[in-house]
Amino acid sequence: MAQSEQEILEGLAEIVNEETGLDTASVEMDKSFTEDLDIDSLSMMTIVVNAEEKFGVRIPDSEVKNLKTVRDAVTYINGAQS
Amino acid sequence: MTSNRDRRVVVTGLGATTPLGGTAAETWEALLAGRSGARPMDFDWVSKYELPVTFAATIATKPEEVLAKVETRRLDPSSQYALIAAREAWADAGKPEVDPERLGAAIGSGIGGVWTLLDQWDNLREKGPRRVYPLAVPMLMPNGPAAAVSLDLGARAGAHTTVSACASGAESMGYAIDMIRTGRADVVVAGGTEAAVHALPIAGFAAMQALSTRNDEPEKASRPYDTGRDGFVLGEGAAVIVLESEEHARARGARIYAELASVGMSADAHHITAPEPNGSGAARAMTYAVERADLSLSDIIHINAHATSTPVGDVAEYNAIKRAFGDHTENLSVTATKSMTGHLLGAAGALEAVITIQSIYNRLVPATINLDEQDPEIPLNVVTGEAQKLPDGDIAALNNSFGFGGHNVALAIRSI
Repeated sequence: MAQSEQEILEGLAEIVNEETGLDTASVEMDKSFTEDLDIDSLSMMTIVVNAEEKFGVRIPDSEVKNLKTVRDAVTYINGAQS
Repeated sequence: MTSNRDRRVVVTGLGATTPLGGTAAETWEALLAGRSGARPMDFDWVSKYELPVTFAATIATKPEEVLAKVETRRLDPSSQYALIAAREAWADAGKPEVDPERLGAAIGSGIGGVWTLLDQWDNLREKGPRRVYPLAVPMLMPNGPAAAVSLDLGARAGAHTTVSACASGAESMGYAIDMIRTGRADVVVAGGTEAAVHALPIAGFAAMQALSTRNDEPEKASRPYDTGRDGFVLGEGAAVIVLESEEHARARGARIYAELASVGMSADAHHITAPEPNGSGAARAMTYAVERADLSLSDIIHINAHATSTPVGDVAEYNAIKRAFGDHTENLSVTATKSMTGHLLGAAGALEAVITIQSIYNRLVPATINLDEQDPEIPLNVVTGEAQKLPDGDIAALNNSFGFGGHNVALAIRSI
């Protein structure tokens, strides 16, 4: 069942917090994973795999490079769920 | 044999997280109180695999209580322990101001990131390759702890890992001495770490009959030199010291615990696990250490022995001590602190170096526990009952470490 973008954002923020220790409130829609949140490619892969499990979607490796901002990820997950 | 003590190396900081306490000071207090760190294991795999040994000297303070959550997630326990001990040692040394390119790290480990290796193997088999943690390799690599400490302290003179089984921690300190003596660094953070209280190492050690099986009395299981000893007790933790050139330490007015005067190293080339029965290899390590510290054998008054509580190993070490020291052997106050800490493998030599440094600094040798009936084949002067006071004036001690593979390492520590 598809979740709202807000629900996905909150879930994603929890995953980011778990992996990087960043405060969940800092995970905002317009933040860039690399530029603003300082998340490296290794952490990004963990976040992606954990997001797949949490949201019941598949995010191909080839798609990961397109997920530059938090919004990109939320939008992709939202689309993949519906 | 040249001593090369023209650039003396001194100890200015101590850190440890062990089965006896979360700091070097807590560990020292527990040692003086004669407490054992051995306890039943509460992991589900103990009964799952019906392990023949159900206890170990597990860490007293869990890393989760000390480190940030992200650190416990991204570091193997062996690196977590090393980081905790290194931060303590660094703070204890007064966080010296040093050019990062003149600061080194040398952290040994006997086994490396075995928890990560086995957990990720489970992930691979149960969930597939995509669920293997992307940091699995840097977490399981044996140089992970040295790298973690180097990153944390910004040590850029070099980050090194000595791997020589149960001599790893002592060998790292020997490596650190060389870094300072050869001019590669002014300050080196050195030590050893091990986090191998896991089903596979326990099953492996048990299969070779190296572990005590005194499951009903864990605290009495580690009993070096006692006629009832039946193997070692697996321990875990880390110990780290801050070493500096004396010149550097004096210039900043640092508190100096002792001089780490020399390291003596040798190899048995005898057998992969059994010590050379006549102790000639270990004796050479001790003799080298004494000579390179500009000491005579009769200057040594105390030995913190390797003494793991195995039937064969304790006798072999006695033979080595007797071979090196001859009639002076009876004058040596010997203690076997593994009777309390258990055997920390790659951290053992580092922890016992910390204890020996504390003994020299405090002029006090912790007593060996569980020595009810001393093995007549090991007529050493073992400190038992209460801690023994060491004399005032210039004193010197040795710390022995031996590892599977025939590695022998002796550290000489002098008062200052």
